[in-house]
Amino acid sequence: MTARIGVVTFPGTLDDRDTQRAVRVAGAEAVPLWHRDKDLKQVDAVVLPGGFSYGDYLRAGAISRFSPVMESVIEQAKAGMPVLGICNGFQVLTETHLLPGAMLRNNHLHFICRDQKLRVETNSTAWTADYETGQEISIPLKNIDGRYVADERTLDMLEAEGRVAFRYLDVNPNGSLRDIAGITNEAGNVVGLMPHPEHAVEPLVGTGRTDGLGFFTSILKNLVGAR
Amino acid sequence: MTLDTVKNAEQTPEAGQPWADLGLKPDEYERIREILGRRPTGAELAMYSVMWSEHCSYKSSKVHLKQFGEKVPANDAMLVGIGENAGVVDVGQGYAVTFKVESHNHPSYIEPYQGAATGVGGIVRDILAMGARPVAVVDPLRFGAADHPDTKRVLPGVVAGIGGYGNCLGLPNIGGEVVFDSCYQGNPLVNAGCIGVMKHEDIHLAKASGTGNKVILYGARTGGDGIGGVSVLASETFEAADPDGVTANRPAVQVGDPFQEKLLIECTLEIFKENLVAGIQDLGGAGLSCATSELASAGSGGMRVDLDTVPLRDSTLSPEEILMSESQERMCAVVEPGKVDRFMEICEKWDVIATVIGEVTEGERLEIFWHGEQIVDVPPRTVAHEGPVYQRPYARPTWQDALQADDANKLPRPANATELRDQVLKLIASPNQASKAWITDQYDRFVQGNTILAQPEDAGMVRVDEDTNLGVAMATDGNGRYAKLDPYAGAQLALAESYRNVAASGAKPLAISNCLNFGSPEDPDVMWQFAEATRGLADACLQLGTPVTGGNVSLYNQTGETAIHPTPVVAVLGVIDDVTRRTPIAFKEEGQLLYLLGETHEEFGGSAWSQVVHDHLGGLPPKVDLERERLLAEILISASRDGMIDAAHDLSDGGLIQAVVESCLRGGTGARLVVPDDLDAFTFLLSESAGRAVVSVPRSEELRFTDMCGARGLPATRIGVVDGTVSDANAVVEVQGEFALPLEELRTAHTQTIPGLFA
Repeated sequence: MTARIGVVTFPGTLDDRDTQRAVRVAGAEAVPLWHRDKDLKQVDAVVLPGGFSYGDYLRAGAISRFSPVMESVIEQAKAGMPVLGICNGFQVLTETHLLPGAMLRNNHLHFICRDQKLRVETNSTAWTADYETGQEISIPLKNIDGRYVADERTLDMLEAEGRVAFRYLDVNPNGSLRDIAGITNEAGNVVGLMPHPEHAVEPLVGTGRTDGLGFFTSILKNLVGAR
Repeated sequence: MTLDTVKNAEQTPEAGQPWADLGLKPDEYERIREILGRRPTGAELAMYSVMWSEHCSYKSSKVHLKQFGEKVPANDAMLVGIGENAGVVDVGQGYAVTFKVESHNHPSYIEPYQGAATGVGGIVRDILAMGARPVAVVDPLRFGAADHPDTKRVLPGVVAGIGGYGNCLGLPNIGGEVVFDSCYQGNPLVNAGCIGVMKHEDIHLAKASGTGNKVILYGARTGGDGIGGVSVLASETFEAADPDGVTANRPAVQVGDPFQEKLLIECTLEIFKENLVAGIQDLGGAGLSCATSELASAGSGGMRVDLDTVPLRDSTLSPEEILMSESQERMCAVVEPGKVDRFMEICEKWDVIATVIGEVTEGERLEIFWHGEQIVDVPPRTVAHEGPVYQRPYARPTWQDALQADDANKLPRPANATELRDQVLKLIASPNQASKAWITDQYDRFVQGNTILAQPEDAGMVRVDEDTNLGVAMATDGNGRYAKLDPYAGAQLALAESYRNVAASGAKPLAISNCLNFGSPEDPDVMWQFAEATRGLADACLQLGTPVTGGNVSLYNQTGETAIHPTPVVAVLGVIDDVTRRTPIAFKEEGQLLYLLGETHEEFGGSAWSQVVHDHLGGLPPKVDLERERLLAEILISASRDGMIDAAHDLSDGGLIQAVVESCLRGGTGARLVVPDDLDAFTFLLSESAGRAVVSVPRSEELRFTDMCGARGLPATRIGVVDGTVSDANAVVEVQGEFALPLEELRTAHTQTIPGLFA
């Protein structure tokens, strides 16, 4: 039996079906989870996909953190279950304080969609084990509220503990502090990033590269290996 | 104020009514009185005024649009034709595709962000109402002069509105156009297109049948926004640059909520999946007036609506305002009584408000009540489908001959290689020819994970089936400058270019939609342009075998007495059996051979060169040869399917050099070009002859490819090679014996113009 990976759909989630596809392409089973339902259906890991949950009218991710499904996700994440937040999912994770910091509007104030080069800064997380530390990858970035900020003390702590998981290369697309594109929690089971690995898993579509597939194969190996 | 009931209208036949303020003409008001045998109530007057507006009734264009239904090519693909929310074509493997382009020009000038945003919302609901999942959007845009201060107000707002709305719906934006011309200064063109995919059996139609079936309004609450949008805004002429007019008309622009629309999409698709609706219609222009009258008119029975059950954002709205409101994100469904509970459950799941507002009745009347009192009693067909039809007078403009005599081929040409080089560089950097990445990067092109090609490719392409790799492609094109010189040829050139673009991507053109943007139909010059353009387009569709599945007409695009260039925009939909065979525009492999397909003549009328270098518009547009276009398309599709070409780019505005530079920049390579013996360098590089494309051929395929072109009679001229490996810092685009331009210099020139103007 392969790993069961839950993909949460909030109202306004956009990349849920893409994420389910990425999970399947990697060889795992995708399990749709509904925002109103506390039941995580015995999944082994959860992905919070991109979009504009609840319209993001108050602040990106601010409403979603109070949804019934997130009660269970927070509880399980604290108990060690792997959780990946992509874009809006990353915003939700910072709102829940599973990850530190916050996302502000891009410094140029525009939505930006581009093929973004990143450096994987650590492969010691549940979602990056299949990459080499220092590996450069290109995956799509698309957001308007993507500027990662935190206070200096938090940023220093993240750097010192090796918890900056991804850094923007070539271009910092939104003014994120210290070029941070994604981070991990202390245990390495909760990871959040703004770019979209689920849009880079097939050679034919999107950017035509499969640099994002490693996220999903990493978790699969992590889970199957743990059995 | 007392309620103007039907009874009241009967008793007060001479009461004064504001028909003129609502945009109705005296004879139209008289006709309403004749139809009803009494004066209309306030609510009836409101309905007729919006439904008989130019925007909804097509009263000036109808007599010309008829041709699209008469000159229909034999084409098995057509499943649903003109008249529904959108046309539907068969793309094989049990899939059907619906697509359409609409205008949101006037609101986008008044309030760029909301105008453009709700334009996206409206076209997406049209596609959804056919039963399809929307899978991609495109946006053909036209603005005033790039350096005009008001363009700086309009363009960023429009772009942010399209992005802000479309990005929140999770629809990849895969194509479109951005054109600048001072003729659009007071009247930008904001057209929006959408593609939807469904299985054949999922096609839904807008009709209300089955006595006792419930009429359910679902989606957003109704508010006071967009009242009179179609009649006051979209069907009148703006006065010259009137800032007060902008402010005064702002409440007529709708305000969008993309989050609500996203819920509406998912909710509606789930409702379709369980087969819960007998008929469905989106609410767009003319709001409830349109939805109720069209559903009732197309169905077999009548309809009763209790208007006071409509959920409101503003409880003080009058019944007339509720009927005219164009509040967004609303749909109207006709549901069998036994299915209402399940319908409501699904709406509740998606947090979508749904209300039974009426039911289908016996008889043939549309009856609307307000707290038990009847305020509307009309035959729905007279509102929805039997509005006024005008035979507007038209005549060839007196200035047309002089315009055509002002031959662009006689303009001074570059005297030497240095001048030619400088003009090419100026062209590449000009706002119309420059990269639009700053704009299109504000749109999500990756969402849904099926995007095969997106701008700046010739056509957008999405995968329809993950297992079989079936895909569809779409391109939109239009050239107002060509159409001004000759509207008949201009419309055909718009079709030809769009058709060529789809074929260059490797897809087979199947059918078209159009968005016809013109000035005031009350001007005989404009009406002539319209008559010529529709005739040209219908003739060309017949010859190319691509039926018109539907479309949209936008008239009154003018400022004071000055109309925009006639601007027919054509969207061609194509199908590709295997998206892995698609052809991108990028030149990638060093040493591959560049072939120019088609024939190059001295054709500079309406060209980008004549505009950029001489600020000139005159002469004749490029000659149209539809048989050549068809042959070129067949060659491009065959070559793509059989792996004979690695890149293809259609030639249009800016000519060969524009296409070669774009393909080089896309691939990161250089190119070395040789001027053919029978052409001078200037004509070779900058002429805009139609029916041409440039392709990159692997050396191993050269013989097979040239044999195919030779056997089928398509001129193919070897014009050079791809030079320099990908990302070679020293790559150049060289025209032998003339000049060489470093790729990096071209990239800077091409990419910095638009951000320089608008960032």
